[in-house]
Amino acid sequence: MYNTLIAQAGLADRPRKSRWPAKLDLLQSLTGLFLALFMWGHMFFVASILLGKDTMWTVTKFFEGYYFFDKSYPGIVSIVVACVAVIFICHALLAVRKFPISYRQYRTYRAHMKSMHHEDTTLWMWQVWTGFLMFFLASAHLYQMMVWPQNIGPFGSGDRMWSDGLWPFYLVLLLCVEFHGGIGLYRLAVKWCVPNASREFLKKLKWGITVFFLILGLATLAAYVKIGIEHQDNYGEHYVPTFANQPVGEMN
Amino acid sequence: MSETQKTAAPGGQTRHRMLTFHILRYNPQDPDSKPHMQSYQLEEAEGMTLFLALSEIREHQDPTLQYDFVCRAGICGSCSMLINGRPGLACRTLTKDLGTEITLAPLPVFELIGDLSVNTGKWMRGMSERLETWVHTKEQELNLDKAEERMDPDLAESIYELDRCVECGSCVAACGTAQMRNDFVGAVGMNKVARFKLDPRDTRTDDDFYELVGDDSGVFGCMSLLGCHDVCPKELPLQTQIAFLRRKMISVGLK
Repeated sequence: MYNTLIAQAGLADRPRKSRWPAKLDLLQSLTGLFLALFMWGHMFFVASILLGKDTMWTVTKFFEGYYFFDKSYPGIVSIVVACVAVIFICHALLAVRKFPISYRQYRTYRAHMKSMHHEDTTLWMWQVWTGFLMFFLASAHLYQMMVWPQNIGPFGSGDRMWSDGLWPFYLVLLLCVEFHGGIGLYRLAVKWCVPNASREFLKKLKWGITVFFLILGLATLAAYVKIGIEHQDNYGEHYVPTFANQPVGEMN
Repeated sequence: MSETQKTAAPGGQTRHRMLTFHILRYNPQDPDSKPHMQSYQLEEAEGMTLFLALSEIREHQDPTLQYDFVCRAGICGSCSMLINGRPGLACRTLTKDLGTEITLAPLPVFELIGDLSVNTGKWMRGMSERLETWVHTKEQELNLDKAEERMDPDLAESIYELDRCVECGSCVAACGTAQMRNDFVGAVGMNKVARFKLDPRDTRTDDDFYELVGDDSGVFGCMSLLGCHDVCPKELPLQTQIAFLRRKMISVGLK
């Protein structure tokens, strides 16, 4: 009951050091790991458009529970997005503790980075900037997906890219996600377990994965933009799969 | 020395490369002194190290140049400095491995004495006192007549491996976190804790070590940039040790 008073007196850490820094450090890594792996899965789901509109439509309907309940519930997507958003906010809160907190710190680190010519040191600055941009970009995307999950689909997503003019937004978000996630996973490995002998291999693997997902992401983005351009005269119309005679549920 | 670095001059004499050293000069004791770069030219010699080059410059060109050295053999760690922007030992760096333009600057983070000389000792002492880097025994008085406990040779070897640290400060100067946050213990500190944690004579528990490094100025402040590991002149396994310590301290934190 007097914990607050003890903390106010600056004695919260006496006689035993707080266990929170350990928990927060682990939580930062775990939330980052979850988000990076989630983004890999996410990329494969959205890239299903490269296999055709019907495939992407099927994936969308799967996540809306259509194949379990015989009816689409976009609300399921909203719930999943809300959970991801909570984890994303937690990760942002935990990671921001490591950011330079003053211009002096930023300038010192930058000078150090430039003189060291050390890849891992430079990549951290990439993580800081991509992370900073994602505070805004990922938040906006998550909000949009949470509030309007029914607009995810071949035409819905294509319209969002082209008619809603969001393709530059997604282009920047794609670059941020792939660089931040790739570097983050590499750092998690060297931070917790992978021995130094594997570090060079790990770094090559990291760049390979980043290039793979960037190519996949750019191709996917281009595919949605193409659909958006072709579909701009029918903006807002939902996709009907070629194998269905009649619209099923709330088709997008 | 490679053929590109020396040419045969007329008369059969060997002509070596002409090196230009750009050295950061500053004397904090002198109010009129301002940090500036000063250049010196020197002909490279066979097997020349940066330490030898600096000695030549001080001997023949500028006796006011300040830099540290003791052992000249990579054992004392005194001559650590920024060599072309990266920390390293002057006595262990051969000029043949560098270009003809070489920049030298004092290590950041540590108190500057003058030019290339920094007070790493003061920082290291503070770190040692903070982390209590000595064997803690339960015995109140040391009994010199009592035989020491036997130790497994492999374990002794593991402890010795970490004890090879010469406290040169390169790891601290190469650490982005230590640059930004001056209370960070650095890889040298974490390596010390890992070393005493291995030592069976030290009776401290993981909980005791958590009190020393279980926060953001300790092991949880490390962002795994690994500059420390990559510049360590003694090639200590710093990355492995920090990861090991992190896992141990997390297990204490989750208890």
